[in-house]
Amino acid sequence: MADNPTAAMQIAAPAKRKGVKRRAFLIGGVAVVGAGLFGISIADSNAAKSAKARLESDGGHSFATWLKIGEDDSITIYSPHTDIGQGSNTGLAQMLAEELDAAWDQVRVVSAPAEPAFANVGLGRAFLADMTGQPAIINGIPQSFLSFIARQMNLQMTGGSTALRFTGRVTFQNVGAATRLALIETAAKRLDVPADELTTQDSHVIHSKSGRALRYGELAAEAATLSLDNAPKLKDPSQYRIMRQSIQRLDIPAKVDGSAQYGMDFSVPNMRVATIMAAPVRGGKLTSVDTAPALAVKGVEKVIKLDDAVAVVAKGYWPAISGLRALTPEFSDGGNGGISTASIFKAQGDLIAKGDADSTAGDGDVQAGLGAKPIEATYQVPFLHHAMMEPFALTAHFKDGKLNIWGGMQDPLATKMMAVDVSGLDADDVTFHPMMIGGSFGRRLPMYMEIVGQVTKLAMQLPYPVKLIWSREEEVAQGAYRPQSSAALKASLTKEKRITAYRNDYAQPESAESETVFPYTLPAVSRRHFAHVSNQQTGAWRSVNSTQQGFYNESFMDELAHAAGEDPVVFRRNHLKAGSRHLRVLDEVAARGGWGSPLPAGTGRGVALVESFRTIVAQVIEASVSEDGMPKVHKVTTVVDAGSIVNPDAAMAQIEGGIIMGLSSAIGEAITLENGAVQQSNLADYPLLKMADTPLVMDIHFLNSGADMGGIGEPGVPPAAPALANALFAATGKRVRNLPILTQAKA
Amino acid sequence: MAIQTSINGKPVALAAEPDTPLLWVIREELGLTGTKFGCGIAACGACTVHVNGEPTRSCSVPVSDVAGKSITTIEGLKSADGTLHAVQQAWISAQVPQCGYCQSGQIMAAVALIKKTGSPSDEQIDEAMTNICRCGTYPRIRKAIHAATGQAAKAAKSAEGAA
Repeated sequence: MADNPTAAMQIAAPAKRKGVKRRAFLIGGVAVVGAGLFGISIADSNAAKSAKARLESDGGHSFATWLKIGEDDSITIYSPHTDIGQGSNTGLAQMLAEELDAAWDQVRVVSAPAEPAFANVGLGRAFLADMTGQPAIINGIPQSFLSFIARQMNLQMTGGSTALRFTGRVTFQNVGAATRLALIETAAKRLDVPADELTTQDSHVIHSKSGRALRYGELAAEAATLSLDNAPKLKDPSQYRIMRQSIQRLDIPAKVDGSAQYGMDFSVPNMRVATIMAAPVRGGKLTSVDTAPALAVKGVEKVIKLDDAVAVVAKGYWPAISGLRALTPEFSDGGNGGISTASIFKAQGDLIAKGDADSTAGDGDVQAGLGAKPIEATYQVPFLHHAMMEPFALTAHFKDGKLNIWGGMQDPLATKMMAVDVSGLDADDVTFHPMMIGGSFGRRLPMYMEIVGQVTKLAMQLPYPVKLIWSREEEVAQGAYRPQSSAALKASLTKEKRITAYRNDYAQPESAESETVFPYTLPAVSRRHFAHVSNQQTGAWRSVNSTQQGFYNESFMDELAHAAGEDPVVFRRNHLKAGSRHLRVLDEVAARGGWGSPLPAGTGRGVALVESFRTIVAQVIEASVSEDGMPKVHKVTTVVDAGSIVNPDAAMAQIEGGIIMGLSSAIGEAITLENGAVQQSNLADYPLLKMADTPLVMDIHFLNSGADMGGIGEPGVPPAAPALANALFAATGKRVRNLPILTQAKA
Repeated sequence: MAIQTSINGKPVALAAEPDTPLLWVIREELGLTGTKFGCGIAACGACTVHVNGEPTRSCSVPVSDVAGKSITTIEGLKSADGTLHAVQQAWISAQVPQCGYCQSGQIMAAVALIKKTGSPSDEQIDEAMTNICRCGTYPRIRKAIHAATGQAAKAAKSAEGAA
């Protein structure tokens, strides 16, 4: 369990900035001093004090911002992450409660306030470590600088599969352990016994010798005045009682009886509902609109023109959308009217053919290694839409100089700061109230959320609260898509069936280098990025660049295996380091997936191995093609090495969901453009996988190698497309090089 | 002219314009927000409710069509003493929901399927459960339906008697 999607990396610099190495600016000019462990903005003592006062205003005692213990023994954990359904809040609570020795039934998790004092400094620390690949560097970075980063980045982001592996490991376990020590110290004084005679269990400090015990609730007030040990010893995993257990998720009961409140569900008295249409050709502006037809619809109160959109405000959603549909607004195309799916592929192919790369990674003399006649293949993948089930909905109310906003976002603090920018109000006068999120997969990161600016602009000119709802049509046509991307791969083989050189040339807006791990050891490898930007907004789509890169590399490895006349598993094995985690995962999936065993005629087996977010996942898929050209997936065997797992059942759910999302996109999903505008309009022409197309057999196994904890929300997705394409090749002899597969089948 | 109907066993008079989809009447006029808006074109099923016991995508039914009929929403599945429906309990046991947004509709579809078939086969589940879940909880939905079958079928027949 960690987060669904992501773009850890994209937060530091906006998408589409050509040639900028994302996140790199964070390291510049770092001085070396000691560091705190608790991931709080201690550099700003006023903010820390006001945070403490705020947390304790309704009783209880605050520890290191993220934890509060009530005198009634209640344990409240403030999560700086948004639980999008991936179970991250339950997992974070397990990690803190484990080290605290808390009674689990007293634990609850709430969202940390969207205020700078609750910026997630631990995440900032871990970003640096992950980026450099050297956790040690973090210990040399001053806490004040880390606080600065977190506050500068408005960091309460959920993404990059970071919640447990970063926030949990770097911050929450330490907070739990240090608070436990403070409670013991307080109890030792009160009982007048040495601290080392005390143990803890179920929210009690226990003195076995005298048979006495004190509740955490009665120790909390005094313990909260102590300074916390900044190097608490963490438990050995053999002592775990709460971590590594499949504890039921805390958010689920409210999701089966209709009581969970999502942003879409918020309402306040006197509230109006608005809906909106932005320029169909991204980059265009609203040029004219006759508002009369909307105003003639019963229940419509106002039509508001924005720079690039028109909104209808009404008594409810139905009159609002009916009013909007009655309008015939005119938009300019911003000069983008000539852009189409075909024109983007053409431009990407031309860039690659020209060979003038924007950045290059890898090593060895690839040019020489490729020789005169390399094996070549080109691949293309489309824009993908997130298609989360809850369309955007935010409510805003501007009254007496204060702006309040309610809804679900992947980064509450950044959402607030965006509303501050758009409204021109002081930060103190803007409050964002985080709510449950109905799916995200990377879509609800604030830099892509035009709705924050839109609802702020509406609220600032309306005398009543307004809930802005995007129709599904708007949602599909105005996405922050996984980039449309092209790749040309080349490699040469020796007579001994070994790769001498491997080149991956790919074109899309951003470099994929920070997400891509190429697991094979080869004499010469080169990855060259050719930056191509269209008029579309591209963003983080569950597993970021790993879906397209995983498809390119693992399809091509399969092609090379066949060219070499070698079994695809054996071929991969021969290019992996002996004793490596990747090799173990591959061997395990081959064994569990029955690799090499007989299959019915017409059914094929394919394999793929992709590492993303520090987790290695391999899949073996068995598939065939129906008469109508629809691929049929019979069985998926998956092996995952995420290092270690906090909640096995919740992790399993994330991998299941990841596989299904990967299959869904590989089989049927595509956002296409014509005349600069998106052609798809709703879920009817953006087909998502349903129950009937989901494989009946999905075997998933975790290896838990003990390596550093990797992500779980995202890594299940990338191997699905290449494993399926490779299975279909095995079944039919036809190689899938363009996604989605259905479009190819129809072509 | 108010439209007379019954929601979760209680008679109500609805003031909405007759062409308003049932979904928006349930959500905005009655304040029952467990029934979700997903697509507005009956493609996703997040808005599934029971109309006279039949699973119905409420985003695409004008409220005038349900005059005199009885409607059950996710809020109406619990028994009077607050005990969860067996299908809801199965959903918790199997830890089905992730984001949870589609699950009201999934549960309403599953309750109707179990009521109709008793103990649905995998093929019957494939045919009836066409609601979309972007989180990919389908394997767990299938598991929960199988787990709830039997006890759930009995409970569905009695608890849904009013629907």
